[in-house]
Amino acid sequence: MTDSAPRASVVRIRGVDKQFTAGAGAVTALSGIDLGIEAGEFVSLIGPSGCGKSTLLRLIGDLTPPTSGSVEVNGKPAHQARLGREYGMVFQAPVLFEWRTVEDNVKLPLELLGMDRSERDARAREMLSLVELGDFARHHPYQLSGGMQQRVAIARALALQPDILLMDEPFGALDEMTRERMNSEVLRIWRQTGTTVVFVTHSIPEAVFLSTRVVVMSARPGRITRVVDVPLPQPRNEETREDPRYFRVVTEVREALRAGGGLGEEAPLASEERVAAEGGIG
Amino acid sequence: MTAAAPSVGVPVPPRPGRMLRFVRTLRYYVPALVVFVSVIAVWEVATRALDVRAFILPPPSAIGTALVENWGAGRWPLFDAARTTLLEAVGGLLIGTLAGVVVAFAVGRWMNARDAVLPFAVAANAIPIIAIAPIFNAWFGITNPVSKMMVAALLVFFPVMINVTRGLTQVEPSALELMRSYAASEWTILRKVRIPNALPYFLTALKVATTLSLIGAIVGEYFGGSTSVIGRVVVQSASSLRFDVTWAAILLGAIAGIVFYLAIVALERVLIPWHASVRGEEHG
Repeated sequence: MTDSAPRASVVRIRGVDKQFTAGAGAVTALSGIDLGIEAGEFVSLIGPSGCGKSTLLRLIGDLTPPTSGSVEVNGKPAHQARLGREYGMVFQAPVLFEWRTVEDNVKLPLELLGMDRSERDARAREMLSLVELGDFARHHPYQLSGGMQQRVAIARALALQPDILLMDEPFGALDEMTRERMNSEVLRIWRQTGTTVVFVTHSIPEAVFLSTRVVVMSARPGRITRVVDVPLPQPRNEETREDPRYFRVVTEVREALRAGGGLGEEAPLASEERVAAEGGIG
Repeated sequence: MTAAAPSVGVPVPPRPGRMLRFVRTLRYYVPALVVFVSVIAVWEVATRALDVRAFILPPPSAIGTALVENWGAGRWPLFDAARTTLLEAVGGLLIGTLAGVVVAFAVGRWMNARDAVLPFAVAANAIPIIAIAPIFNAWFGITNPVSKMMVAALLVFFPVMINVTRGLTQVEPSALELMRSYAASEWTILRKVRIPNALPYFLTALKVATTLSLIGAIVGEYFGGSTSVIGRVVVQSASSLRFDVTWAAILLGAIAGIVFYLAIVALERVLIPWHASVRGEEHG
């Protein structure tokens, strides 16, 4: 935990394997994963379905334990980081509670932390204006569009001012136009808050546009085949999407995916996504 | 929500004016009203024109007269009967609901409880209610209203238990992951996620249960006990060939059921105004 490194390592994954027991045998979802993420980075995990990118995100969030190896967040085991509420999570679905208003959804993690009411109100207002939904505080989720709901989910994830934001294909369900707008939105929030972001996607343009580094993965077993640096200048905007350097990195990522067998072939193994969480109390 | 509101959200329609809303409400009820009045009119005319015997089908006017004449005291005290039966039904609803909710929480919390209780719950639900009523009369006292309440409670228990269990356990997996990402305890998840999630299921079950509780109470009454109850009035007036009174008693039972049901609908609007089943009920 001593700060000997010049930049604080927010995530450190060493020699992680992950197996799921599925039916008769075990399925290896991840194999030999080593990855370090520095503070303030925006790292995308990209790969074909079944490559374990969502599982890797859940390992960082301690929502599923590794079979072997270690995951450290902020210099301590991921489990302690979760208990310390050191990260915010955004899922593909917004997962808003329909019985709560927009602002009460944002306040949920603050309630769990035991923050007092006036502080909660102020923080929720601040977060909603960060995602530019200040006018919709009293609305219910069903009154918002999909993109707006996802912005509420981001506001909620940021409410505890976490060191890391974990995003699991957050814009996968949105149309292309909304998705591009949300991408710019996320970059603005990232700049404003300075949070480290780990972002799972299977869109190459999205990964390149957003990230400082793109982690390319392959399936069966899921492993990291390449890490591509994205040397595009900040702040990025719509012009970035027309920059020749942008296309160069997109091509580089695409070739890395192809080399790993990631393109042209659909991996049928997507069961890992549902294995993680099961219904039933306790 | 001023002019600055982006147009991407689902627009909240402006509240229509009072007059317009009144007209809309009226227009919503008019078809049902027309059907109702027509059926009554045809019934009245047909029974008179065809000279239908009263024990087959008395005309509505005769039923109305029987209702008014027997409202208070007398051989068929309809008001007293309806009140007692409704009380039995409400008592049964409360007992059955309480039991159903308690078991649902236990079943939702402990898988062992599910395995232990579920077979018996299913078995209890399979009991023909008419067969169990005389036994409950013997157990709880034939004149004691509790014996009728227990018949109603038995009917109510199952749908409440099953629905509440479903509401407590069928929570989106990602909602549970979200709560776990905040290191929330099971108790917190129960309070903040499972119970609100179960509320609509619970109210749906209650709506079914209101009708069931009245059926249970009346079936219990058929097998003896106080005479000032809907069940006994139906049996005895029918055997005295006073079918106008029988019909009046059935009408009262139906009205009690409707009132009971509407009370739950009102409760629903207070408890879960956010739920799709409630917010979509605006006419128009």
